[in-house]
Amino acid sequence: MPEEPLVLGIETSCDETGVGIVRGHTLLADALASSVDEHARFGGVVPEVASRAHLEAMVPTIRRALSDAGVTLHDVDAIAVTAGPGLAGALLVGVAGAKGLALAAEKPIYGVNHLAAHVAVDTLEHGPITEPAIALLVSGGHSSLLRVDDLTKGVEPMGATIDDAAGEAFDKVARLLGMPFPGGPVIDRAAREGVATIGFPRGLTATRDFAEHRFNFSFSGLKTAVARWVESREAAGEPLPINDVAASFQEAVCDVLTMKALDACRYTGINTLIIGGGVAANSRLRAMAEERAAKHGITVRVPRPKLCTDNGAMVAALGSHLVAAGAPPSRMDFPADSALGVGTIAV
Amino acid sequence: MRWFRLKHVLLLVLDTATPAITAGLAEVSVDGEHLLAERVTINARAHGELLAAQIQDLFASTGKSVTGLSAIAAGVGPGPYTGLRAGLVTAATFSLALDIPTYGVGTLDALGAATSGDVLVATDARRREVYWGLYRDGSPRTPAGVEKPADLAPLLVAEGIAAGVGEGAQRYADVLGVSVSDPLYPPALQLARLAADRVRRQAPSEQLTPLYLRKPDAVEPSTRKPVLT
Repeated sequence: MPEEPLVLGIETSCDETGVGIVRGHTLLADALASSVDEHARFGGVVPEVASRAHLEAMVPTIRRALSDAGVTLHDVDAIAVTAGPGLAGALLVGVAGAKGLALAAEKPIYGVNHLAAHVAVDTLEHGPITEPAIALLVSGGHSSLLRVDDLTKGVEPMGATIDDAAGEAFDKVARLLGMPFPGGPVIDRAAREGVATIGFPRGLTATRDFAEHRFNFSFSGLKTAVARWVESREAAGEPLPINDVAASFQEAVCDVLTMKALDACRYTGINTLIIGGGVAANSRLRAMAEERAAKHGITVRVPRPKLCTDNGAMVAALGSHLVAAGAPPSRMDFPADSALGVGTIAV
Repeated sequence: MRWFRLKHVLLLVLDTATPAITAGLAEVSVDGEHLLAERVTINARAHGELLAAQIQDLFASTGKSVTGLSAIAAGVGPGPYTGLRAGLVTAATFSLALDIPTYGVGTLDALGAATSGDVLVATDARRREVYWGLYRDGSPRTPAGVEKPADLAPLLVAEGIAAGVGEGAQRYADVLGVSVSDPLYPPALQLARLAADRVRRQAPSEQLTPLYLRKPDAVEPSTRKPVLT
């Protein structure tokens, strides 16, 4: 295998059909088809709608990626695909499609972990990962703190949300404020016009939570606190300062995320923090993490927003990393695993 | 295609619209279809895992090369969604990688193709419903539908249909009032036969559109529940 393997990666764990092509740490193509508009009126991702859209988008998206990268399937060294975690029916479209591609083009296939791919994608932006590193992965489906010692072997979970994912809280609060799905970008925009004047609770940061939940997150109480605040305003017939509510909510989420991520760095003595997942596209989270990390001599690596949200390039990046390290390919009968743990980088 | 140099061409057939994961390799010649090998596993939950492995095994066991394929025929259902998609996306990416055409075949048509007289073809649609169609001497008389067996029964009585094929007919044989015989799942040879004419005349590749026959279950959210009560 070449030092800089050319890998095509397929991602279908949620509502984005992503096909990326990378050569080593170089991004050649990142084609994406999203069904997000079809889910908007339901206020969240509808798994069957997402799965149907993946089937329709699969071949056109692969074609576009190959054309953008200016390569043929024949040139590719390996196919990588998200094996999990994610929506079972959605994952299966990508897994079956990737297997068909690998079989027909006679290429090795790597079924990889979606969360590890969110970490690996930063290599496309900032080069090889400094190991060990702490990774904060925050999206609509996940909120995790991970210790990354060797991305080819496995990552160790340090903490995760005990209820809602951070991105889910953004969606729910957006709905509360009469804003469309997905909530992340609209709240980010509204917050820039507002001031964080309301002191919303920071979940699992009290002293009593320290022993059991030092690195865990909770966003359900925050969401309820926002709802209570909004309703009491409405009940009193007072106008709702939507931008200030958005800013205050966003401040609470980002405060907890960065506080705990930096605590994990201090606790482990690790001075590299990688942030990934859709919520990493949030402008306040990026700024706050940079600012706070700088004070502690910690380097923050956050890929550009388009690489933070789900995409195929991240899967290709992890695949290329595995191929270069000489990892064995997956067998043709590996399953899509909706609950794949972070300890498993490739199936 | 290679008609001028070869006497027959190689066709890959797939169907994943029932609990059967079916893959077959057939030779299509000017005057017939010959099934070289087939792999069938009955497992409603393993389509994504096993289909590709079965195809790999087909090529290994027959000594044929994937690059020798000329076309792919895939059962487009109707069938339960997740399994059905596994077959169609596999066919689609195979077609892309090899630059060969895909042809859609009705799963019920393959089940009913070898029957004679008036027959009900029914597969399990889950949720206590069947995907169904009426066939006469192997040809469809109705478009494929989805129905509760009890709602379908009066039609069968009115039409005087007492014979059925397919796993759905077997499962609800009492309610449907039919005596059931083989096949229970779409046979690979019939899938190949239904696509053979298109293979012979090198018909243009077809978009494989799954027959779900139902809309996704999804409800638009109601107004939010208050937290202050």
